[in-house]
Amino acid sequence: MAHGDQNPIDASATSHRTDGRSGRSGGRHRGRRRERGSMVPAAEFSSYYGRPILKKPTWRSPDVPVYLWVGGLAGTSAVVAALGDATRRPALRRGGRLVAAGGALVGTMALLHDLGRPERFLNMLRVIKPTSPLSIGSWILSPFAAFASAAAASEITGIAPRLGRLAGWGAALFGPPLASYTGVLLSDTAVPAWHEARGELPVLFVSSGAAAGAGVQLLVTGLTGAGRQERDPMIRLAVAGAAAELVIGEALERRLERVPGDIADVYRTGKAGRRNRLARVLTTCGGLGALLAGRSRVAAVMSGAALAAGSLATRFAVFEAGLASAADPRHVVAPQRARLAERGRHSSAEGSWLAAENAGVS
Amino acid sequence: MNAYIEPGSPVARAERPGAGSTTDPTAGLAGNVGTPYTTPMSGQTERAAYLGMPGERPPRLGFFTDTSLCIGCKACEVACKEWNLVPADTGPTGGNPADLDEVRGMDLLGMSYDNSGALGASTWRHVAFIETEHRIDAAQQGDVRWLMSSNVCKHCTHAACLDVCPTGALMRTEFDTVYVQPDVCNGCGYCVPACPYGVIDIRPGDGRAFKCTLCYDRTKDGLTPACAQACPTESIQFGPLEELRERADRRLAQLHANGVPEARLYGRDPDDGVGGDGAFFLLLDEPEVYGLPPDPVVTTRDLPQMWRRAAVAAVGLAAAIAGSFLGRR
Repeated sequence: MAHGDQNPIDASATSHRTDGRSGRSGGRHRGRRRERGSMVPAAEFSSYYGRPILKKPTWRSPDVPVYLWVGGLAGTSAVVAALGDATRRPALRRGGRLVAAGGALVGTMALLHDLGRPERFLNMLRVIKPTSPLSIGSWILSPFAAFASAAAASEITGIAPRLGRLAGWGAALFGPPLASYTGVLLSDTAVPAWHEARGELPVLFVSSGAAAGAGVQLLVTGLTGAGRQERDPMIRLAVAGAAAELVIGEALERRLERVPGDIADVYRTGKAGRRNRLARVLTTCGGLGALLAGRSRVAAVMSGAALAAGSLATRFAVFEAGLASAADPRHVVAPQRARLAERGRHSSAEGSWLAAENAGVS
Repeated sequence: MNAYIEPGSPVARAERPGAGSTTDPTAGLAGNVGTPYTTPMSGQTERAAYLGMPGERPPRLGFFTDTSLCIGCKACEVACKEWNLVPADTGPTGGNPADLDEVRGMDLLGMSYDNSGALGASTWRHVAFIETEHRIDAAQQGDVRWLMSSNVCKHCTHAACLDVCPTGALMRTEFDTVYVQPDVCNGCGYCVPACPYGVIDIRPGDGRAFKCTLCYDRTKDGLTPACAQACPTESIQFGPLEELRERADRRLAQLHANGVPEARLYGRDPDDGVGGDGAFFLLLDEPEVYGLPPDPVVTTRDLPQMWRRAAVAAVGLAAAIAGSFLGRR
């Protein structure tokens, strides 16, 4: 719980950026700016001593970014394992099952560790609430973890291979939802950098999950020296996942550019910006390197590791961007002011009865 | 809500025979000098009658905080802490109460007379002090103007915190207020970034989420919440929401007629992004000046769209993986 960042010096610093006035001299901070891509001049910006309006998420790092990452990684791996099994690719079956189970274990531990009262973890399962992505997520993660563990146990021990295969398909069923629901988990908050990106986040997270899942299998098959036929599907998936991750990441920033309040900045500056740039470099290199992975085991190992790391960096970037966005009152006020202005303009353009009445009186 | 009750404490008084009845001095006029009544029900019998009657239910309760009457005395902050046994406020640096150095440091913020900074897990009423220059009245232009406002949980009609709570710890009471069940909350923290007003928070050292309960323990017994009871100027008014809305409309018209055109109601409109607030305000400047969002929207309004997008993404992922297995072997 990093409450330390809420001290007034940090908070007033956010207002300095827009108006240059001291955060301690008064309660009003103003700045006029025209938003890029918008014809409406942004409303003047005020805040209460530059303090955040929203509460900073109390979710901890690295727990939550790692949870987001392993969700995509494990979800993808479970499907890879099932299809590897079905197409008689034993290395992918084995690798996929082990990564899916390991990811489920790490994810569950990260979720548990992030609770304020971990001993009450099972309270998550006392209701099913479609309005709560974390409730739905718990109901996705629990069966996924059970199926993935069963499949991995069968894989390791060789006991009950048929039940193992059935469990593998069970995990494959819950894998893609596990990879995509985390996008809703973040965007179903009031944090502008997450909520305004609600169209892109689930797509970004499955792309990133595909790149990571394929990357880890490239790494494993490269190390174990499995044949081309094992590696080829993962090369295709890695390249597609990396390309999609880069494209949708860019689309996300473009979307936020159109929202007043410079929300896109949190993905480009500070901690989140650094991680985002790192993610792009790793994902680009990994995606290009994967093209060579068919011929070279070294290329497979290197590109696979880069893709997995790039996916992790993406999750950290998105998480940190949300923290920065929640701390900036302008991210809250500017879009809402613009919305109000838009609404006011529409109602007067339509000539509401109230406007007509007011005009008649004066 | 700890269990032990001291003789003569408000809890003990509330349990006395006749408590909460019209003759009880702690009910009725409570917190609203000169107002004939504020509580919807005067006692347990009436409440039981309400609940026992098919098709009947208690009215929606709420606060109307008229900031034009606030004198910034902070009686509400203190009364809230005392009644609800809220631990020491360690200020917005959010330090652990066990850390004595932080407490000794007093967390003085240099924000006029505000040293609690914002609502939080251990600050359920927060009095904002705003020092600005007069802008509206030409005669007073440039003079110092003080705005004071007691902020509180809005008890939204469409409450994001309640929607996203995965355990069901956050619930809606029979009075349509939003309440955290402390014995159910597992401290997942989802409600914290979900609240568009930044009200609810995790208490460091405890791990659970806390916020204003609208004194659920008091309203159940027909009593006025502690903050409204303590308010000496009727800035905080408590009662059935419908009645408060009418009262607020009259007050707004009165202020406008008396030459206070900047007066406005905030959270009064049942058609706003959160379906109207159970605790709404009369403000004398833009909401953001008080640290309030100008046009809050419940995040779950867009949830169907988000779930659809996630479903498409999941199917897309499965298809992409399957597609990668096609082709030459």
